[in-house]
Amino acid sequence: MAYAIPEGQVNVRHFLKLRSASIALAALIALSGCGSADDSSGITLLNVSYDPTRELYREVNAEFAKQWQQESGQRLTIKQSHGGSGSQARAVIDGLQADVVTLALAYDIDSIQRKGKRLGANWQTRFPSDSSPYSSTIVFLVRSGNPKGIRDWEDLVKPGIEVITPNPKTSGGARWNYLAAWGSQLHRDLQGDWSKLENPADPQVQAAQAAAEKFVQTIYRNAPVLDSGARASTNTFVQRSIGDVLLTWENEALLATQALGPGRVDIIVPSTSILAQTPVAVVDTVVDRRGTRQVAEAYLRYLYSPVGQEIAAKHHFRPSDQKSLEEHRDEFVELSLFTIDQAFGGWDRAHEAHFADGAIFDRITSVKDAQ
Amino acid sequence: MASGPTKEMLAELASRPGRDTIVSTFIKAVFIGLSLLFLAALLFAPLVTVFVTALEKGYEMYFESFRDSDTIAAIRLTLITAAIVVPVNTVFGIAAAWAIGKFEFRGKSMLITLIDLPIAVSPVISGLIYVLLFGAQGWFGIWLQEHDISIIYALPGIVLATMFVTFPYVARELIPLMQQLGNDEEEAAITMGAGGLMTFFHVTLPKIRWGLVYGVILCNARAMGEFGAVSVVSGHIRGMTTTMPLHVEILYNEYNFVGAFAVASLLTLLAVVTLIVKTLVEWRTGYTRTK
Repeated sequence: MAYAIPEGQVNVRHFLKLRSASIALAALIALSGCGSADDSSGITLLNVSYDPTRELYREVNAEFAKQWQQESGQRLTIKQSHGGSGSQARAVIDGLQADVVTLALAYDIDSIQRKGKRLGANWQTRFPSDSSPYSSTIVFLVRSGNPKGIRDWEDLVKPGIEVITPNPKTSGGARWNYLAAWGSQLHRDLQGDWSKLENPADPQVQAAQAAAEKFVQTIYRNAPVLDSGARASTNTFVQRSIGDVLLTWENEALLATQALGPGRVDIIVPSTSILAQTPVAVVDTVVDRRGTRQVAEAYLRYLYSPVGQEIAAKHHFRPSDQKSLEEHRDEFVELSLFTIDQAFGGWDRAHEAHFADGAIFDRITSVKDAQ
Repeated sequence: MASGPTKEMLAELASRPGRDTIVSTFIKAVFIGLSLLFLAALLFAPLVTVFVTALEKGYEMYFESFRDSDTIAAIRLTLITAAIVVPVNTVFGIAAAWAIGKFEFRGKSMLITLIDLPIAVSPVISGLIYVLLFGAQGWFGIWLQEHDISIIYALPGIVLATMFVTFPYVARELIPLMQQLGNDEEEAAITMGAGGLMTFFHVTLPKIRWGLVYGVILCNARAMGEFGAVSVVSGHIRGMTTTMPLHVEILYNEYNFVGAFAVASLLTLLAVVTLIVKTLVEWRTGYTRTK
């Protein structure tokens, strides 16, 4: 019969605990709420970018916010989001409210345009230099002193050379690596005459394409790991000491030599490589809804200003302005650069031929599995 | 109030003859050695690494890491998420366990299976379902955009994904307990004229309280530590939608090892506190997990 209220004391104690727990919870929520009101005044922009630009945009954002406040009196906060270029594009398509996108390749912004209908088809003509305020190229990183004697593309397929490059299915940088390797062979076999590619039936062109495929296949056959992104590959090569040569962005190579200390790796610039344009765009649907078009456009234009170009160069991106580029010639070695339009007829055709499901990349890597 | 075997019963079991003749001392030593080796390699070594790397450049740099506004925002977001998710999942867990433990109804075993679903499903999938539902290309995407509501890439999405991943924890602790305890005491209380709420607070809750505490601790630990599902719906906006685990990854990728491991050490401390409280709860009640 003592069941109705079995342990009265315990219940009182229990209620006290419950009460103190709810007080703690309320305090926690109040505490959490404290700081979150600080963004209510002023305007915010969201810049959705790819992986290696974090340091660049941290500085650009601070400088531009200062200038914008002087000009307009508005307090501006620019938020950053970084990740693999392809997955960032996917997030914007799925509704990430980016005012501007600054990605690794035009194909990803094209995807936002096509699948998400978030900006006009002419986006790449809205800003100078194909909407690419800075660019990069693909270079080699080798062990200090270059023990394997790697000088140019041909050395990558020598017996016993292990090449580190990320997976082109997931990484924008890896696609540039792949296309740079392929294009370097076309460049050699066609003696730099890209106009010959207009006639794909030409036996010389066919032979050059076949040789390029063999070359790229050999590189991937000698790749011990395919990481998912450029930064992961850098860590594989530098921290885990795997492989003889790393194919990577020039900016990533320069940053790695700087961040990880001298005497560990050397940069080798090949005789020819691809002009890796990394474009920017205002996302029309977002800026029109949020009323941020004016500041978003000013932000992207700022990247082309002398200060913007100088900051880009400081973070190892090649400025699009020739004068700024010349001022930093000691860092940005002159080499023969070809564009994706010249060698592959643009991103759409490159994607279709090389990276789509069942295209050349799938083919050459599945042969590897079969062996 | 007796639940499960008592300490005396266990001691009696252990002292029964023949135990040591079945398992020779040599094999016993090998097994203990193997377990310790595994723990050392998989648990202690990484644990030590976290704190050593975090304190690599001294205490000042360690505490300096927590002054970074993005880090503070990540900690705050994690606390807010847990503060919403844990109470909601606690209420859900009690309700589900109550329904399953006290009543008979059609589809009961189905419900038990469904509660286990988030544990069986990869967290990435848990995140992706919300993108498919609430993303701009998703089922409700257009409606949400028209009404200017953001769910994914904002706090609601992070809370939803975390809630989905962590909702089994309280329920799973309580269901076997409630089933084991049976209905007798509640029926007695109601027979004597107690109302539903009174019965719950005065009879049921005291019986299940340690199981409940245990479930809440596990739920909270998982909510604060969840990476996969949150990563998919986060959008990775620094200072806005990055939780502590995501922030650790960001800092690590920026070669900021001290900062990354400083935040990681907070998460590790949370795990240690969780373990201590869990041990206390078990010690206090002799409550043993029956799976």
